[in-house]
Amino acid sequence: MNKAIRVATLAVSALSLAGAAMFAVPGFAQDRPGPGGVVAPADEGKELYEQICQACHMADAKGGGEDGARIPALAGNTNLANKDYAIIILLKGRGGMPWFTDMLTKQQIASVITYVRGHFNDYHDPVTVADIERIGTANPPVPECNTCGH
Amino acid sequence: MFDNFTPPTRRDLLTMIGKAGGAAALYQAMTVLGHAKDSQFMGPPKLSGAKPGATVLVLGAGLAGMLAAYELTKAGYKVQILEFQGRAGGRNYTVRGGDTITELGSTQKVTFAPGNYLNPGPWRIPYHHRTVLHYCKELGVTLEPFLQINHNALVHHKKAFGGKPQPYRDLMVDWKGHVSELLAKSLNTGALDTSVTAEDKARLLEAMRDWGVLDKDMKYTKSDKLGEQRGWERPPGGGVNGAPIANDPFSLSETLDSGIWQTLGFYAEHVMQTTMFQPKGGMDHIGKAFQARVGKMIRFNTRVTKIAQDDKGVTAAWTDTKTGATGETKADWMVCTIPAPVLNQIDFQVSDKKKAAVRALPYGNSVKIGLEMKRRFWETDHAIYGGISFTDQAISLISYPSAGCFSDGPAVLLGAYPFGVGAYMLAGMTPEKRIQAALEQGSVFHPAEYKAEFLSGASVAWNRMPWILGCCATWTEESRAAHYQDLVAMEGRIVLAGEHCSYYGCWQEGALLSSIDAITRLHQRASAA
Ligand SMILES: Cc1cc2nc3c(=O)[nH]c(=O)nc-3n(C[C@H](O)[C@H](O)[C@H](O)COP(=O)(O)OP(=O)(O)OC[C@H]3O[C@@H](n4cnc5c(N)ncnc54)[C@H](O)[C@@H]3O)c2cc1C
Ligand code: HEC
Repeated sequence: MNKAIRVATLAVSALSLAGAAMFAVPGFAQDRPGPGGVVAPADEGKELYEQICQACHMADAKGGGEDGARIPALAGNTNLANKDYAIIILLKGRGGMPWFTDMLTKQQIASVITYVRGHFNDYHDPVTVADIERIGTANPPVPECNTCGH
Repeated sequence: MFDNFTPPTRRDLLTMIGKAGGAAALYQAMTVLGHAKDSQFMGPPKLSGAKPGATVLVLGAGLAGMLAAYELTKAGYKVQILEFQGRAGGRNYTVRGGDTITELGSTQKVTFAPGNYLNPGPWRIPYHHRTVLHYCKELGVTLEPFLQINHNALVHHKKAFGGKPQPYRDLMVDWKGHVSELLAKSLNTGALDTSVTAEDKARLLEAMRDWGVLDKDMKYTKSDKLGEQRGWERPPGGGVNGAPIANDPFSLSETLDSGIWQTLGFYAEHVMQTTMFQPKGGMDHIGKAFQARVGKMIRFNTRVTKIAQDDKGVTAAWTDTKTGATGETKADWMVCTIPAPVLNQIDFQVSDKKKAAVRALPYGNSVKIGLEMKRRFWETDHAIYGGISFTDQAISLISYPSAGCFSDGPAVLLGAYPFGVGAYMLAGMTPEKRIQAALEQGSVFHPAEYKAEFLSGASVAWNRMPWILGCCATWTEESRAAHYQDLVAMEGRIVLAGEHCSYYGCWQEGALLSSIDAITRLHQRASAA
């Protein structure tokens, strides 16, 4: 009997190492649809907004929810006066706002920010791919939002 | 008399090892003996001996929160739960006729017939999610098989077969046939002679002939033998026309166009392997079963707005979402299961490291759409009983109900379950437009019946659920390395729990395992204090 246990324990240490290695790799399979749903987002800012951002920020870009559980408005949002602010958020995400680097190209990110700043706000200087690259290289910290949850 | 010579049963051995080495040793031993490899579950946490009068405040009445309340109460703690919604269960959620779905920006009234339902969140439980299965049994939740793989369900790619969906079976058999033919060809031309021994080469050729159903020339061609896997032009019958007629396999290019290897790979994943289960009558029976034990401790419609702690205890400030009244609840300890997108917006008295972890954890998105059809045409007209048909359109898939096969009357099928871009597209639409899109896209599978048999629909876009603003935590390799331990570490009197605090993301198993781990640590600290 003792022998049996020893064998078991010895064999285990090898196994648990393998186990540890396996568990160190993230990206485990979540429950998810599986293969399928390969749809490409549009190239143009307005369409992109409607296909993606509108899901959360709403068609009128006024957001929704209540204090402490809110999707902020992008319309009339003075945080967007600084285009870098929006670029950082789209590249890195923050809280419930996902990053979009794995879904949109630099050009698409530039187009959609240009649209949001120009259409729902009065900031008309375009955001370019060069802007996206500049922020990508500088890698600044994610700005706080003082108005989001409130 | 001969007892000493009887080899110990596995159970005896495990008990002994458990006594000698504690839970971790037991888990490791179970692994070697062929049990439990696939779950860290070691049985419910047998906590006991809470200090008299010790109190715990649980935030959120999802599965993680309710498990915490259930087990901590057993250990002797006095527990209270604060819950944002007017219902318990959290993401463990089922909608039925008469229910109202409230999203940011819209409300829907569900009109499904009695007995019909949609599971907008969790819908399947793999056989190795031992924690979920354990509590289902302990709490009396009846499980039934969830029909995961259906060889007769369909696979659709816009660019394959002129957009005509094909049965999973045909594509799977053709894939294996073509791959076998190619491997046999490589072997026979000697291309692999430096990689395989002569003996293995002979065995491989035999295997390819058999597995791939190749003909005598090692070609993948039409034959009766192939018909036995792939189905028939005319199936075997009785009497005069009894002899079957085989059908033609698809070409290699066509098979490649269908992307079938992705479906095969998906079903090969551990969490997608059968046997798969679902609670009879709707996934929310698990939440309801927990609620039957801890319901009295829950304060509903109570949105926590601020979380504080000092060396004496914890305080949660809240707003009653029905009356607008505000209040505070105090306790000695806290288990917080509030999903990260909401927690990130709450004034939360913990270290900057933990705040940074919460902030770095956006949630993915998904949408589920239930379509109630007048009758089960997929069964009666197409011999499809349960399972999933995949498409590369935004809806991603449709799935046929596992329960109630052969019954008459209306039935609900899952008309969409996308992640990613497709999910954002559908979520951004009004509920009516979502249904239209689901009908339009789903018609590709069953053009004759899909729109004609439609009765009503209901959808849930997870990013618009006011109490979570997303589906499940999105971890990356980098964010795990930078933040995971900070997120789960107990800080002062507060410990976080939930799906997001696990390596089992987007599974109920993860929520429960995380909760067990969190309350075990909480109990250790409370006992030492
Ligand atoms: C689309 C989808 C498909 C899934 N598929 C599966 C599947 O097939 N199988 C499976 O096992 N799992 C699946 N999951 C995952 C599973 O649903 C989750 O892992 C699990 O239910 C999470 O439980 P939880 O207790 O951690 O969180 P939740 O259930 O989200 O509980 C958190 C609770 O906190 C409450 N809350 C939020 N904010 C506040 C506040 N400010 N104050 C007070 N309370 C608050 C919420 O209302 C909620 O009740 C799926 C999930 C989704 C969304
Ligand atoms: C899954 C829901 C979701 C989607 C989709 C989404 N957002 Fe957001 N967004 C949020 C949330 C939630 C916040 C607030 C984050 C926080 O609490 O810090 C936010 C914040 C922002 C901010 C910062 C606002 C401020 O005042 O600080 C910008 C800019 C933004 N989003 C732009 C976009 C754009 C552009 C898109 C489309 C490409 C988009 N978002 C898509 C949920 C979303």
